[in-house]
Amino acid sequence: MPDARLGKRVIASPLAIQGLTVSYDHRPVVQSVDFVTPPGSMTAIIGPNGAGKSTLLKAALGITRRLTGEVRVFGHPLEQMTRHVAYVPQRNSVDWDFPARVIDVVAMGLFRDLRWWQFGGRTQRRRAMEALTRVGMEGFAERQIGQLSGGQQQRVFLARALIQEADLTILDEPFAGVDAATETAIVEVLKSLRDEGRTLLCVHHDLATVRGYFDHVLLLNVRSIAAGPVAEAFNEANLQATYGGRLSPLQLARLMEPLASEGGR
Amino acid sequence: METWWRALTFSLGYNTSVVTLGAMLLAAAAGMVGAFVLLRKRALVSDAISHSTLPGLALAFILVGLATGDGRLLPALLLGAAASAALGLWAVQAISAHTRLGEDAAIGAVLSSFFAFGVVLITVIQSMAVAGQSGLTGYLVGATAGMLASEAKLIAACALGLLLAVMVLRRDLLLLCFDADFARTQGINTWRLDLIMLLLLMAIVVVGLRVTGLILIVALTIIPPVAARFWTDEPMRMVALAALLGALAGYLGVTLSSVREGLPTGPLIVLAAFLLFLVSFLVSPRRGVLASLLAHRRLRSRVHLRQGLLSLGRDEPIFDDLTLALLRRRGYIRRDGVPTEAGLAAARDAEHEEKLWALYRSRYPDDALHREHAGLVPIHEVLSPDAIMALEAQLMGAGRAAR
Repeated sequence: MPDARLGKRVIASPLAIQGLTVSYDHRPVVQSVDFVTPPGSMTAIIGPNGAGKSTLLKAALGITRRLTGEVRVFGHPLEQMTRHVAYVPQRNSVDWDFPARVIDVVAMGLFRDLRWWQFGGRTQRRRAMEALTRVGMEGFAERQIGQLSGGQQQRVFLARALIQEADLTILDEPFAGVDAATETAIVEVLKSLRDEGRTLLCVHHDLATVRGYFDHVLLLNVRSIAAGPVAEAFNEANLQATYGGRLSPLQLARLMEPLASEGGR
Repeated sequence: METWWRALTFSLGYNTSVVTLGAMLLAAAAGMVGAFVLLRKRALVSDAISHSTLPGLALAFILVGLATGDGRLLPALLLGAAASAALGLWAVQAISAHTRLGEDAAIGAVLSSFFAFGVVLITVIQSMAVAGQSGLTGYLVGATAGMLASEAKLIAACALGLLLAVMVLRRDLLLLCFDADFARTQGINTWRLDLIMLLLLMAIVVVGLRVTGLILIVALTIIPPVAARFWTDEPMRMVALAALLGALAGYLGVTLSSVREGLPTGPLIVLAAFLLFLVSFLVSPRRGVLASLLAHRRLRSRVHLRQGLLSLGRDEPIFDDLTLALLRRRGYIRRDGVPTEAGLAAARDAEHEEKLWALYRSRYPDDALHREHAGLVPIHEVLSPDAIMALEAQLMGAGRAAR
């Protein structure tokens, strides 16, 4: 049972971060961040370069060591709940010349369900192919991963997360350096996950697409500046506070234009 | 030659057979562990480990020698080697973790210091009045000739245990090697797994001391995995293949060294491994030198042929020798350069194909970019019949519209 002292919101949340601080070389890169991910939401984490967006996620996932702070998944400590969380790392975090085919990488998402004496059988392969089909990569299963384009590599990573059927999927800049077709395809998959009631948390760079893709937003610059539904939190004042005047009035005005103008997306 | 044949067929006596099998198991385990270490990009660590075994080995020899008069007690020597290898590993970790030096610099520093200390101890041993001093050189370059069956069995048992350990950990190790961050989100303690991997490597090095010697054991953890990489793109297959190639190298090396008294085992095993690497490097169908040379030539003639046919169709003169030769060989032009019936037909086909490919490229630029040799292979080998039909229809439509 989750700790009774936790609030209802925390127990319902697939990822509740409390007082999270991370430091590199005695310098805080993420400081006292509180964030309760709303269940079933699609949340963007935005902020300038070096704002600690990726670090926040990595610390929350236990990849980077945190100085202090608590992370709870549905009210339980993360360590007991790793099965409920899938992670899509940045594409450039791995060596793509690794001896692996597309299907091998996707199957890695199933490794923890296999005991050592088991060999990945037909079921595993079928599930991997399903995940690949969902991201439109079923024709590339036997390709060496080094032969893929950037967008295709990102889709493979997404498929590896899909196969885990997790309640929460955390993505680190899934749209960085991918072609337009891949961006659309990924957004469609993410939205379909949300429609299944799953939660998505996503480091995002492109302010222009925040309102089109996401329903919640966390504005971060070392500290949490603001968080909430996009309609409320994604406003001029919060953006100014987060980006510290790095956005020109023109840029801001364009971001605040009614959504209809970007309805073509 | 005949002795070698008898060694190869395990008919050179019980002792030699056991030793051969032990060395093969050890080499297989070394290839397997080495494959993961290589994929983790820490191949050099094994070098640090192997060199830092020497002081422990020598100290153990001195202590046992002082106590019993003969220093050659395999378990004690291996224990000493393991202890000082562990110390060396710890030093490498500590240096790269607490200073700004990278792991490679730390390895260099530790490797040379430990080895130097070991050499000093060896000279001390040579001035001591204990038996078996000359046996110690066997640990530098490996000597299976004088090995007892009991020693070989110990090595074989250890190697078998290590093989089993890698089998159990194979998926976790693969996750760690490919994507350590992801591995951590899967509940794997990557710090501990990295340590386990190094301990496995250390065990390989220590157990292998007697077989290949401490300087050359590194080769068994690096060459077979590298050779295996030439043959496959599948991670687990590469690991299995590394084990297989390692075992083969061990088999060839040990049997060769039993041909004549005094042939050093280590160098022969390593040379056998290198031979396997060389073969892989040359003839591997995926990444080998010959394959890529052939592929290059094939692609070049395809380009020349296509250009020649297009020129033929447009009635342009052809000057390139290779192009002319290719056209002539296929009977598309006569000796005097005049196109034949077949040549003209082929030229029309080529032109049509070119149009289809151009249309395909303009319609599906993303897909076209990732088809290998797009535009140079016959389009029906790449696209499904219905896709080609659709393109043909579009081409006809475009032609009609233009008219």
